[in-house]
Amino acid sequence: MKYQLTIWHGDDHWESPQEIGEWPEHKVWYDDLVARGITRGGARLRPEATTKVQVRNGETLVSDGPYAETKDFVGGFMVIEVEHLDEAIEVAAGHPFAKWGTVEVRPVWE
Amino acid sequence: MSLDTSDTSDASDVEAAVAAAFQSEWGQVVATLIRVTGDWDLAEDSAADAFTTALERWKRDGIPRNPGAWLTTTARNRATDRIRHAARGTEKLRDLALLERDASGEVAEPDEVHDDRLRLIFTCCHPALPFDARIALTLRTLTGLTTAEIARAFLVPEPTMYQRLTRAKRKIREANIPYRVPPPHLLQERLSSVLAVVYLLFNEGYSATTGADLIRQNLSGEAIRLARLLVQLLPEPESLGLLALMLLHDARRSTRVDDDGALVTLERQDRSRWDRARIAEGLSHLRATPGPYQLQAAIAAVHAIAPTVEATDWAQIVALYDDLLHYTPSPVVRLNRAVAVAMADGPAAGLKLVDELVASGELDGYHLLPATRADLLRRQGASAAAAEAYREAIALAATDAERAYLTARLDEL
Repeated sequence: MKYQLTIWHGDDHWESPQEIGEWPEHKVWYDDLVARGITRGGARLRPEATTKVQVRNGETLVSDGPYAETKDFVGGFMVIEVEHLDEAIEVAAGHPFAKWGTVEVRPVWE
Repeated sequence: MSLDTSDTSDASDVEAAVAAAFQSEWGQVVATLIRVTGDWDLAEDSAADAFTTALERWKRDGIPRNPGAWLTTTARNRATDRIRHAARGTEKLRDLALLERDASGEVAEPDEVHDDRLRLIFTCCHPALPFDARIALTLRTLTGLTTAEIARAFLVPEPTMYQRLTRAKRKIREANIPYRVPPPHLLQERLSSVLAVVYLLFNEGYSATTGADLIRQNLSGEAIRLARLLVQLLPEPESLGLLALMLLHDARRSTRVDDDGALVTLERQDRSRWDRARIAEGLSHLRATPGPYQLQAAIAAVHAIAPTVEATDWAQIVALYDDLLHYTPSPVVRLNRAVAVAMADGPAAGLKLVDELVASGELDGYHLLPATRADLLRRQGASAAAAEAYREAIALAATDAERAYLTARLDEL
């Protein structure tokens, strides 16, 4: 079984993936996961640059929020690699769930 | 670069020339540098440097024949220095070197320059950005208004506006919002966002009447300037419609308040003082193609060409509102339509429609609903009911000018 850990934090954290990777406590925690062979990949997400995509009556609605609340379900996730946000929006709008739910497009921090 | 050295320019000429170049060239210089460097802050800082340099250099060397090209080249050189200094982006340096040829003025196609400004406005108005940030960013990058000026125009503290702009620029960078005019299948949807931003700018400047400071009036001027640019670049019926609508409203600007700053409604405005040139220009942009802006412009045009309120073709205005409701089925449009119906068919017919709106509750708290009811009741001779409706409207009105107007009508009963 695989799990996705959704990590929430406030706007006081702007450390890059490299910087976080160098935190001693993060390193200890992560090295342990690697040693146990249980990681299946992951990514640092850009905290603020999310885009909300919905499709209603065949029309793609793009906006800067409001976003899902913590009580809403995270139904799944997927990572894609495309040229820019407009292309990502097209992919997101094509997902069947976009017709009734919301797909949030978050850039991965590379 | 050719410099006009034949006559030495005095200081006030140079200052006027730099101010004029700022008005006409700021957006183009910023847009071109964003395209080449992909760095919004670097582009704005380098453009600001170029205008500062122009003040000194034009006094010494004369005003260049092509200020836009001079400013672009100077901004490019500043950007090159800054990138070199920061020891980053050799690719950007190469692109900046290529730009030298574009900026000489002789090689650059006018269309390329226009494309850059169009790219900039479409990127600023990307739907993934919050709506208020789209307006602020459009003003900042295309017109060069300072953060403090934009903050003042939108009545928010400067740090709030600074943060809004910073966050929007960061989202463009981090989410990788493309710097482009969207492809045809996205254009229609994106154009409506651009037009909405421009119209909102106009209204920010237009609706602030009494005690309006110059910044707010400037917003209307900037909106018309941006609409002209859009029309030049993308002569779609709806861009033309928006420009026509704004010109036709703006033609009435000076008659909308009296000498004491009180509101003057359409029926009491001095039509001989309407700006005929603006009206003629607005009319020339009308098209038979329906769309929300074309229809609103057509309604404004029927008012603009009528010699008096009574001689206005109210039946045609009702018909245009019917079409507009098809695109914008809002209760405010229905209220406006009810007023036109009252003018065409008498107050009783209008009142019936207004009462339907009251019953629906869709416009609860909107002062123009009881204000319209009051006016129609007054015209029917129902003074007591009219007075009650005026009092309701006064309690809901948001500005002193509107309260004063409504109080004067109440006193006339």
